[in-house]
This record gives sequence, C-alpha cells and structure tokens, in this order.
Amino acid sequence: MNSQDQLESVTAPTRAAAWERATWPALPTRRARRGATWLSPHREITQPTRWLLRALSLLVPLAAWITLSTSGSVDPTFLPTPAATWQAALDMAKSGELFTDTAASVQRVLLGFGLAMVISIPLGFAMGTWQWALAALEPIIGLVRYMPASAFIPLLIIWLGLGEPSKLAVLVLGVVFFNILMVADVVRQAPRRTLEVAQTLGATPGVLIRKVILPYSLPGIIDAARVNAAAAWNFVVIAELFASTEGLGYRITRSGRFLQSDRIFAVLVVIGIIGIALDVGLRLLRDLVGRWKS
Amino acid sequence: MTTGLHLTGIAKDFPAPRGSRRVLDGVNLHVDPGEFVCVVGASGSGKSTLLDLVAGLKSPTEGTISWDGRTVAGPGPDRGLVCQTGELFPWRTVEQNVAFGLELLPISAADRRRRVAWYLEEVGLTPFARALPGKLSGGQRQRVAIARALACEPHVLLLDEPFGALDVQTKEDMQIFLRQVWQDTTTTIVMVTHDVEEAVFLAQRVLVLTSSPGRVAAEIEIDLTDERTFATRRTPPFLRLRAQIEDMVRTQHLQTTKT
Repeated sequence: MNSQDQLESVTAPTRAAAWERATWPALPTRRARRGATWLSPHREITQPTRWLLRALSLLVPLAAWITLSTSGSVDPTFLPTPAATWQAALDMAKSGELFTDTAASVQRVLLGFGLAMVISIPLGFAMGTWQWALAALEPIIGLVRYMPASAFIPLLIIWLGLGEPSKLAVLVLGVVFFNILMVADVVRQAPRRTLEVAQTLGATPGVLIRKVILPYSLPGIIDAARVNAAAAWNFVVIAELFASTEGLGYRITRSGRFLQSDRIFAVLVVIGIIGIALDVGLRLLRDLVGRWKS
Repeated sequence: MTTGLHLTGIAKDFPAPRGSRRVLDGVNLHVDPGEFVCVVGASGSGKSTLLDLVAGLKSPTEGTISWDGRTVAGPGPDRGLVCQTGELFPWRTVEQNVAFGLELLPISAADRRRRVAWYLEEVGLTPFARALPGKLSGGQRQRVAIARALACEPHVLLLDEPFGALDVQTKEDMQIFLRQVWQDTTTTIVMVTHDVEEAVFLAQRVLVLTSSPGRVAAEIEIDLTDERTFATRRTPPFLRLRAQIEDMVRTQHLQTTKT
C-alpha cells in the first residue's frame, strides 16, 4: 500500500455498535445539588466570618479557662485563675526574674538555632544540588533524625558537662537533621529545564548555584527554618529543665517544685507569645524574599 | 571548511527497560548561517531531542554536531534555546531575565543595559521591563525568553515548540513577530514544531522526521516570498506546501500507530 492509499484509508476508529447503547436502562437521575455547603472544600468565607472565627479561636479557650478556674470546682493549684496568673507574671516582672529568664532562653535559642542553621542549610543545599552528596548523607541523617534529642540529654551531660554547651547541643540535635532534609527537599525542586536553559545562556555550575538554585529555593529554605524555629523553641525549654540556674524552662521546674501553678501558667503564656512573634517575623521575611511567588 | 551548523550521522539512544531505545537514527542536517529551518514530525519523532543535542544538553550516541567546523560539546550561549514553557527566572524582572546571559560576560554595566534595552524594544516589552514574569501573558513570556536567548547573540537560536502552549490568535501574532526578529537580527533559527502550517509560514526549509526512530524523511524548500503576512496563509502555493507536508507527517504517524 503506498502512502497515498494509506492516507485515503484513514477513517474514524471502529466504534461500539450504536444499538447496544439504546438497550441500556436509563441511569438513575439525581436531584441537582444545592450550591456550595459548609463541607465544600475551599469554599470562600466572608471577611467578617473569618475574623469572627479567628477571635473565637482565642476567646473560647480563654472563656473556658475563666469559667472553670473561677467556678471554685477546681483547686487553684491545678488551675489558677487568669487574675492569679497575671499577678504572678507581675510579681516575676517586678523581681526581674521574668526578664533574666526570658533573656537567657532567647539567647540560647538564637545561639542554638543559629548554629543549627549554619550547619544544616549548607548540608541540605548540597544534598539537594548534588546526587553524590544526597547518596552519601541521606541514610545516616534519615536514621539519626528518628533518635529523640531529649534522649541524648544524659549522654550530652556526660560528654559536655552541665554547662551551656550541653544545652545548646540538645537544641542543635533536635533541629539540625530535620532542617537538613527539609532544605534538601526544597533545593531538589529547582526545575531541571530552567537549569538547562540557564546553561544555554552560559551558566557554569557555580553560576547555576548562585543565580538559579539559591534564589529559587530561598523562600522555601526560610519556610523550613520557620517550622524548625518552633521546634528549637520547644527544645530550649526541655534543655533548661535540667541543671539550669535561669531560663523559662528552669522557672517552670522551680515553680513546679513549690506548686506555684500560677507562675507556670504565666511562663507558658510568655513562651507562647515569644513563639508567635518568632513565627510572624520569619513569615514576614519569607513573604519579602518570596514576593515573586505570589 | 563549510560554515554553519552541521549534524552528521546523528543517532541517539535512551535507556529502556530492556537495553536501549533509539529515538534518532542517521540524521544529517546542514543549516547555513542566517537560515530559518523548521523540523516537523509526529510525536515520538525525537525532534525535541534533536534540539537538545544541538544545544549540547545531551550528547549524541553516534555522529557529530559542529558549528563552522568546531564540534559542539556541552551547552553554551552561542546556541540559545527557547522551549515551550519559556523557563523564565520568576524571581527576576523582565529586564533582569534578558540580562542573565550578559551578566556572565565581561562587559560593562552600561553596555549591558544598552543591549537589554535594545532587545526589550525589539520584542515590544519596554513598558514591562520592571515586571515580574508572573504578571505576563503566555505570549509576553515567550517574547522575554526569545529576547533573553538573543541578547547573547547566538550563532543559532533553537526553538522547541515555542508557541505550542499559546492560543491560536497569539500564536499567529508571535509567528509574524518571529519573522520580524529573524529579519532584524539575521540570526540562524532552527525550530521544532508539530504544527505544519506554522513551519511552512515561518521557514525557508522544512525537514520532516520519521517516527521511532527519527530519521529525515524529506526536506522541502519553502519557495514563498520573504514578505509573509496573514494573507500568505491563503495563497495556493502556501496551501499546496502545507498539504504536501501534512500528508507526509500523517503517513509517518500512521506507520507508527498501526504497527
């Protein structure tokens, strides 16, 4: 068959016999659904509703706390009233210990988290960029990641003593492995085709890293850091539960020993507020760096 | 020594579950400096692979690729590539995108700015110089990608279905635009497309590839006038060429789908 015959022989593909379809029973009809409901995924909500729900998210637990603690049915040692908590916070502020404790904890977080970032971002970047780095590092990091940092505390005290280094080490251990893997994941997403096109514009491996992979992955790296900053803030409190003389974690242990639950509550609130501030700060930074993504 | 782009006995194998699969086989091609050549073929003809080979992003299993007698090894700004998705750098503004290749060359900032401004003007995007690619339409993004490649003044501009994702009207505008850019810059262009009408409208010469593996089935001179407009598409010579090439591509398509 020559090509002309072949072209002329093109017909629609064989189809099922039309009569067969006519023998089928009609499909059961279903009443048209009403519009979107509360369960429809991603349904828009109005701005007032959004703010109302946001406010309730904080106000409902607060109201529950007030009601429970002032009703008299719960021992104030278990659940102090908001007023008692506020008073405890004022007392600690007046004596200055709230500030020295907060400063001590914040300083530890900045140091420990900073150190963890300095270690994890380059390593994660390398693993996301070079397959040899990924193959060499992923198994060991994937393994160590599952060992809880808090379980290392006794070992770290044996190795590094009771001072500051062992506390920082807990923080670093708790954050560094997760951050390495998260950064590697972000960096690995840099689109292959974009990298290839950059090479046709003259980019060498160094240029690809500086001018393509880095700017591409920076917002994602900040996002990873944000998630792990929350973890770091948790670990500092854990680290301070042992053999400390100051810090928010220390204050909690100490207050616990004297059954001062109002003070524990006050410290917990401070911890929460600082955590939120850290999160908002990093989120603003991310939005600034990642403006091009919106 | 002959000038221009030479592909001699090109074959390319890709790894397959059992051994390897040959996507291109015995491809010979010569493109003169300043020529506009289109490569058409059914899907699976390895036409995009062919461009990646010329760009130096992949290396041929057999055969050599050379420009002006010098063998191509690896990617470089002398062979600019524009692909269907444009692949702009979304964190760079339009002018920063166009400047990318120039930033890697030892030229002064003033020289770079002058060149970027010229190419932005040429592709009609001067008002969008400070815009991020995310704010542009599909056609505008492809213009930026073309300007970015051209700013490095490549010997040859490689276009891999550059208008494949655009709507028909934008596509027609872009074709007229591309002819204009080609005439203004006298750049050699090798373009891959599955759209035969586009190939006939744009090129001086059209290559038809067979499928699986891709071989050059035919080479057709497009002897239309250099002045090509919307009306050109409706002239008998244009329609004749288009029908002739479409039949060839369809034949190739049938042979691969039936066996």
